[in-house]
Amino acid sequence: MNVQTYIIVSLVKIVLTIFILLTAVAYSVWLERKVVGHMQNRWGPTRVGPFGLLQPLADGLKFIFKEDLTPPHVYKPLYIAAPMLAVVFALTSISVIPIGNAITVGKFSTPLQITDVNIGLLVVLGITSLGVYGVALAGWSSNSKYSLLGGLRASAQMVSYEISLGLSLIGVLILSGSLSLREIVLAQQGTYFGFIPRWFFFQGQCFAFFVYLTSAYAETNRIPFDLPEAETELVAGYHTEYSSMKFAMFFMAEYANMITVACLATILFFGGWLGPMFGPAWLQQTVLPVLYFIAKVFVFIFVYIWVRGTLPRFRYDQLMAFGWKYLLPLAIANLVITALIVALRS
Amino acid sequence: MSHLAPTPALDTGQDRTMILNMGPQHPSTHGVLRVILEIDGENVVRIMPDIGYLHTGIEKTCEAKFYQQVVPLTDRIDYLCPLTNNLCYALAVEKLLGLEIPPRAQWLRVLLNELTRINSHLVWLGTHALDIGAMTVFLYCFREREDILRLFEMISGQRMMTSYFRIGGLALAPPLGFFERVREFAKRFPARVDEYENLLTSNPIWGMRTKGVGTITAEDAIALGASGPTLRGSGVDFDLRRDMPYSAYENFKFKVPLGKNGDVYTRYLCRVQELRESNAIVQQCLDGMPEGPIKADAPKVVLPDREKMKTQMEALIYHFKIITEGFAVPAGEVYQAIESPRGEMGYYVVSDGTAKPYRVHMRAACLANLQALPKMCEGRLLADVVAAIGSIDIVLGEIDR
Repeated sequence: MNVQTYIIVSLVKIVLTIFILLTAVAYSVWLERKVVGHMQNRWGPTRVGPFGLLQPLADGLKFIFKEDLTPPHVYKPLYIAAPMLAVVFALTSISVIPIGNAITVGKFSTPLQITDVNIGLLVVLGITSLGVYGVALAGWSSNSKYSLLGGLRASAQMVSYEISLGLSLIGVLILSGSLSLREIVLAQQGTYFGFIPRWFFFQGQCFAFFVYLTSAYAETNRIPFDLPEAETELVAGYHTEYSSMKFAMFFMAEYANMITVACLATILFFGGWLGPMFGPAWLQQTVLPVLYFIAKVFVFIFVYIWVRGTLPRFRYDQLMAFGWKYLLPLAIANLVITALIVALRS
Repeated sequence: MSHLAPTPALDTGQDRTMILNMGPQHPSTHGVLRVILEIDGENVVRIMPDIGYLHTGIEKTCEAKFYQQVVPLTDRIDYLCPLTNNLCYALAVEKLLGLEIPPRAQWLRVLLNELTRINSHLVWLGTHALDIGAMTVFLYCFREREDILRLFEMISGQRMMTSYFRIGGLALAPPLGFFERVREFAKRFPARVDEYENLLTSNPIWGMRTKGVGTITAEDAIALGASGPTLRGSGVDFDLRRDMPYSAYENFKFKVPLGKNGDVYTRYLCRVQELRESNAIVQQCLDGMPEGPIKADAPKVVLPDREKMKTQMEALIYHFKIITEGFAVPAGEVYQAIESPRGEMGYYVVSDGTAKPYRVHMRAACLANLQALPKMCEGRLLADVVAAIGSIDIVLGEIDR
């Protein structure tokens, strides 16, 4: 492949990825409203389009036409930069996530991700942890007490849970021996006894998975860890002073992060796009893997929503205690045990 | 009385603490309560509730109305339990007049009062859970509340501002099929309470957020004049329905749920238990509802039936006189207290012998209960303030009047 085709293909993939991701974000909001609605004895959106399917579009239009208020007391450069940082980091982290086998058309072949770097996992972790800047800066630059408290909570929470999140993944890394997301998926091929897939979740990483999932909920500020934007305490937390598209950017960032986290969970613990294969070669090679991947991510998003419909919210000190006293030791124990087992086996 | 200290200047001169102004517009201050918090990080150093943002002047307005015209005003004091207010006012004036209320009217009053209690507790439970982040409970509670409001609409024509109890009885006879619908509701309801409890009572996060939070001792609660579940949560066995029965409450068997710890969780358990007890009282009402008239035999006070107005001269005259010049109430004063969903609701009515009250004063249970807030929250975390406010179950309309 020469340089020009590479650039063109990459650009096409970037545009496609952003389009798909934003659509996914929009429709996970729709899904959330619909699912939570049905859980709560309501209908959710029904008016705009069939089943309210055009609701995300209407929401988007509404956000664009809302007045973009900038309160006079904010520190403007950071106030404007913060939502952009949040959304940029949220969107970037998806770039190295593979969603299926490479596509081959004739002699030309390209992976189903923007770029396949061999330290993919580190890239994702690095970029998502930069996301905390958006939140912290928003809280600080808004110059409002509620925003400040929300920003403080968010920074403390994201920094502490990042540690357990990172540690919970190391077990997987030990087993797969690679940081490339594609290779991590490929390391999970095969089955036990012919029917239990050799996903890392079934290879003994189930505790790691629960640590990961819990930390991920905290990372993405979702209930029961949605303290930074606990509306009944802090009004809207760090985005209290934001309106219009600036608010929408935080909103998109939150859902994009949810999707990233769900993708990572799928790849690291549930075999990515692997699954039972049947049918002709083109089906096995291209269509089924992508479908499996989407289905698995969908399950995680659904669980996210389900949890939101069920659980109350932690208190700040309990949240920190939970992270440091339970999740972190559990993650470390998992790491040590996995390392021991791998060492003994070899 | 540190909590009544004036609003502190924003600059306290200290570096560690900051003043956070929660309300009057805030999602979890249940209306327009303003709470001034001095916080050190997330820790609350001082807390001062500031009330008065929903002052309606209803007490003063009452003095310009005929006695029967006050009834619709009482609805609007505690808008979550309008019928309890109706009842308390009607009982007070009836005491002044020395009226005998027929048993059917009394039992219907009890029935509707207990439905009101359920209604009010459902709003409390929903908003309290919402404050702590459990959103689904809120909508479940409002689903059942909707059923009760439909019952109210059926019997009085209004969902919330019912004005259904009148001095000397009830406004209208209950429509056909009303009791069957209440029975259906009462049958369905315990399973619904189980549903709320499934989501909350044994939920570890709910426990962490409420157990040991917002504690108040029995002594403090009594000293501050607290009543209702706020008092019973601390273990003080006091319920006016049982201890000073009014309106035929002596005919009913019910338990008064008591707590020990005086924390948010205990108060939650007390109220949830009260939901079940109230439902039991509703069922007893349905089973033993006596027959008979629904209005006292006092033509000078009670409006005649439409039928009689069209056939009897006296009825028409009384109707005209009551509507245009009211009815005179013997001079004197009376204090009538009843157990509202929030505690002791009292109406103090002074009559100077004319057709308009000289003074109507309401004892608001929440006003006294709210005084306990600083005791519950000082030295704790910001999130506990929200939990404690929810557990007191305040209605600002009643506090500010």
